[in-house]
Amino acid sequence: MIRNNRIDGGLIDRTKSLKFTFNGTEMGGHAGDTLASALLANGQRLVGRSFKYHRPRGIFSAGSEEPNAMVQLRHGAWQEPNTRATMAELFDGLHATSQNHRGSLEKDFLAINDRLSNFLTAGFYYKTFMWPKSFWEKVYEPIIRASAGLGRLSGEPDPDTYDKGFLHCDVLVIGSGPAGLMAALTAGRAGARVILADEDHLLGGRLNSDMQEVAEQAAADWAAATVAELVDMGNVRVMPRTTVHGVFDHGIYGLLERKTDHLASSGGKPRQVHWRVYAKRAILCAGATERPIAFANNDRPGIMLAGAVRSYANRYAVATGKHLAIFTNNDSGWQAASDLSAKGIAITAVIDTREITPPATIKGAALVMGGRIRDTAGRKSLTSITLTNGLTLPVDCLAVSGGWSPNVHLTCHLGNRPVWDDEIAGFIPGKSLPSGMSVAGAADGDMTLSAALKSGVAEGKAAIQDLGLPPAKTKAPDSNDEHFAVTPFWQVATPKRAWVDLQNDVTTKDIKQAQREGFQAVEHLKRYTTLGMATDQGKTSNVLGLAIMAEASDKTIPETGTTVFRPPFTPVTLGAFAGSARGKNFRPTRRPPSHNWATEKGAQFVETGLWLRAQWYPRSGETKWRESVDREVRKTRASVGICDVSTLGKIDVQGRDAATFLNKVYANGFAKLAVGRVRYGIMLREDGFCYDDGTTARLSENHFVMTTTTANAGLVYQRLEFARQCLWPDLDVHLISVTDGWAQYAVAGPNSRKLLQKIVDEDHDISDEAFPFMACGAVSVCGGKPARLFRISFSGERAYEIAVPTRFGDALVRVLMAAGEEFGITPYGTEALGVMRIEKGHAAGNELNGQTTALNLGMGGMVSKNKDSIGSTLSSRPGMQGEDTLQLVGLRPVKPADKLSAGAHFLDVGAAAKLENDLGWMTSVAYSPTMGHYIGLGFVKYGHIRQGEVIRAWDGVRGTDIEVEITSPHFYDPDGGLQRG
Amino acid sequence: MIINHPLLGPRDAEEFVHLGDAALVDRPDWQAGDALEQFHDYLYLRDNPAGEYRELWYHEQGDRSWLVVTRNTLTHEISKVELARDFARKQGRSA
Repeated sequence: MIRNNRIDGGLIDRTKSLKFTFNGTEMGGHAGDTLASALLANGQRLVGRSFKYHRPRGIFSAGSEEPNAMVQLRHGAWQEPNTRATMAELFDGLHATSQNHRGSLEKDFLAINDRLSNFLTAGFYYKTFMWPKSFWEKVYEPIIRASAGLGRLSGEPDPDTYDKGFLHCDVLVIGSGPAGLMAALTAGRAGARVILADEDHLLGGRLNSDMQEVAEQAAADWAAATVAELVDMGNVRVMPRTTVHGVFDHGIYGLLERKTDHLASSGGKPRQVHWRVYAKRAILCAGATERPIAFANNDRPGIMLAGAVRSYANRYAVATGKHLAIFTNNDSGWQAASDLSAKGIAITAVIDTREITPPATIKGAALVMGGRIRDTAGRKSLTSITLTNGLTLPVDCLAVSGGWSPNVHLTCHLGNRPVWDDEIAGFIPGKSLPSGMSVAGAADGDMTLSAALKSGVAEGKAAIQDLGLPPAKTKAPDSNDEHFAVTPFWQVATPKRAWVDLQNDVTTKDIKQAQREGFQAVEHLKRYTTLGMATDQGKTSNVLGLAIMAEASDKTIPETGTTVFRPPFTPVTLGAFAGSARGKNFRPTRRPPSHNWATEKGAQFVETGLWLRAQWYPRSGETKWRESVDREVRKTRASVGICDVSTLGKIDVQGRDAATFLNKVYANGFAKLAVGRVRYGIMLREDGFCYDDGTTARLSENHFVMTTTTANAGLVYQRLEFARQCLWPDLDVHLISVTDGWAQYAVAGPNSRKLLQKIVDEDHDISDEAFPFMACGAVSVCGGKPARLFRISFSGERAYEIAVPTRFGDALVRVLMAAGEEFGITPYGTEALGVMRIEKGHAAGNELNGQTTALNLGMGGMVSKNKDSIGSTLSSRPGMQGEDTLQLVGLRPVKPADKLSAGAHFLDVGAAAKLENDLGWMTSVAYSPTMGHYIGLGFVKYGHIRQGEVIRAWDGVRGTDIEVEITSPHFYDPDGGLQRG
Repeated sequence: MIINHPLLGPRDAEEFVHLGDAALVDRPDWQAGDALEQFHDYLYLRDNPAGEYRELWYHEQGDRSWLVVTRNTLTHEISKVELARDFARKQGRSA
């Protein structure tokens, strides 16, 4: 093995030596190297195994189009699979390993697949794994899963951090080759705010790999000087290592900036930043990608794209072989030959498929015009090629150029289809470009250096004219120009395998088979053969595949179809999309006003939507949650308890038409609600099903406060705004959400009034005569602090809710607890709240589940027929009024010791557990400390007339089947005497 | 997408909630003889045009305006944005 393939020149920094390991072998490189160039410099030809056949593979390209050289980088939790070695910048200590082999890279056991290739053709999976059906889950799927997936994930949480950012600019220039640099320069000099983004760490694009001259300097020197000028401008943001991965509507672009991937450690800073860029104009200068030619065994390590071979020599100072041959159908292969020859690399032969006069003479090289390669040899590294004229040449590197495909990807993201251009034998952008986007340089089919420089200036000028900026005086610099001519040539006919898509192991045979079996449409071809799938998305293979399909179907390429692209241009780390919104930061946590106090009391908390609510308050000695909850219920019912209910939605409704408005959004009447009174209201959707419920208090003639359920607070507000703005635009009514503005506590139990009388200021009479059940009003507490008092009950006890401005919420809970000491006050959490509402038979989220009507809930009479309200008309549909409708009932176990379970379905005694026998289902259950046994709520067909009957609660999931008696849903104080006091 | 809010200027569509067809503004008269049928059609039948489409967007992360946005479903080009309240008045909902 050749140990050092370094040659003179290049853009690497030889003063900075770096050490790295590949599969445990220590190797050296320099700053400016990619992992790929460093591996080649160290003579490492074999870098991976192919996806399907596990063929030995080497580095194929020098850029983001790489289909072969996929490696795993870093250790432990930082391990990242499927990274392109051609894009990974070398750093000191880089740890890289190869992937997709069982056993070592050198001896991959799965290479047996290569011998089985006659079976593993296109459609293999679809045809083979169909039968026997029972084999799928137990046999086929585990095998497929074990052999799929290329690299391996670490299996640990991603230890890196990511961030998101937002940028605005006048002109986004995508790509920093000759066209991009001139476009940015033109727009920047005119004063536009410019962003110049390039996926490479070194800006300049092809200028860094060419030996041409621009403005009488070496191309790379001119690029460096131009980038320096742009950086100095101040109005140009230059973003290397930044991929524009997607184009979205109205000038929005997705950019991924790799901040620390080129460093040994991120140092705690975001590894990558995902930018959303709002650009008035964008100029796509993404260049072109070289494509291969299909011929027998064209996938061996050492067979590379000609432009890549040139790039490794010129930019990275690496000779990719000692004896090279060139196989080309266009002039760029000859430029590679000239450059390499000038570097002292021996060129054995230039084989051109065209029957033309050789465009150049290459020292020492045989020039074979009209030549074809019949086959190649060398298992783990190329050793020779054989031409169709019988000549065998010993070469260790073959540089192939099948022409260039403009990088039109981003022009397609919003649906534009590229069009075929015969002159360059490639697709160029179609006419319906994304709004605000133009294309310059090779991406637009301007294939020569001077054409690219000029089109960059032209598009830069067009952009600043569009933006209304003063005209630019920038001119394209002089450059020496190369000749660009190509004659399409796609494949050398062979009975052997000739690869089209290296990453997915798709060969010309597979495409011809797809054609024979009727999968000729491009989209079918892709899915049947997997052509163009996976991480490279067919950057080097799509056009070749299409051309081979065209030849097989005897059609032209435009007749066969086009290849279109979706975002992302190259893979984007999911972590970058998430940014900092991970784990607990995924969404905010809302804490009710009593949170700090509840924490001091050792409360157990539960997440309800965004809210963190106290679930119960354990006392010392209580080991099971039920002990705490049962105690909270008993003590509340015996004396007094308090609960933070601030999470309920609160909407302030004001205006001369406020009552009229409420009458339209609630199914029951609100117009006649007296000032100082509260009413329970039920809200329907327009389809007549129940949506939400709550109480609304009339504080004054034109001022109401509505409460909603915790879960629907935002949605109810949105619906009310819809009703106000869209349905009844001229009602004088205004809405504001005051959920966060008020801290509100339920004070429940026989001693609740006595407790409140201790803190409500004396000038407010809250005696039962002055402040009866369902009264409300503004009061003051603790010597003049503003408060609102509502006499409403969810527990069935005499109860109040008291609200104070949120800033007093923490103080109020402490005051209430201190004042309640003489009554043995208890705080209670959401569990006890739930138990008491089930005992009382109030519907909550489990019953108001979007599938139930007021009739189901036993509130059918509340839906007024004498007024128009949302849902009133459609709730009268015959199908929703049937006598067999489900009705809310209570359920108690016939054997008191039986435990009920929510979700159980009801069956008649003796009926089989079949759908047609289904009578309904259990919605809520609780152990009732008041009754001394489990109780439940549920929906039962003909429920009301079946009260007293025994049915079964059958729970197939938990495996229980118990007898229950149908009762009234109101287990506790059914006539409401207690709450009315 | 960017929605050019009539009061607040261009805003990212991420700030909005999408509801759908602006025909939801045209809520039928509950006292019409065929009210049940009209409400059925109002609620369940929607056009799905390839081309210009008027739809309701709610500026939830903003000023809580409901907007009527005229958007081309083929290109996502937005040709008009108006306050839903103004739109509703034009549709004769002032009564």
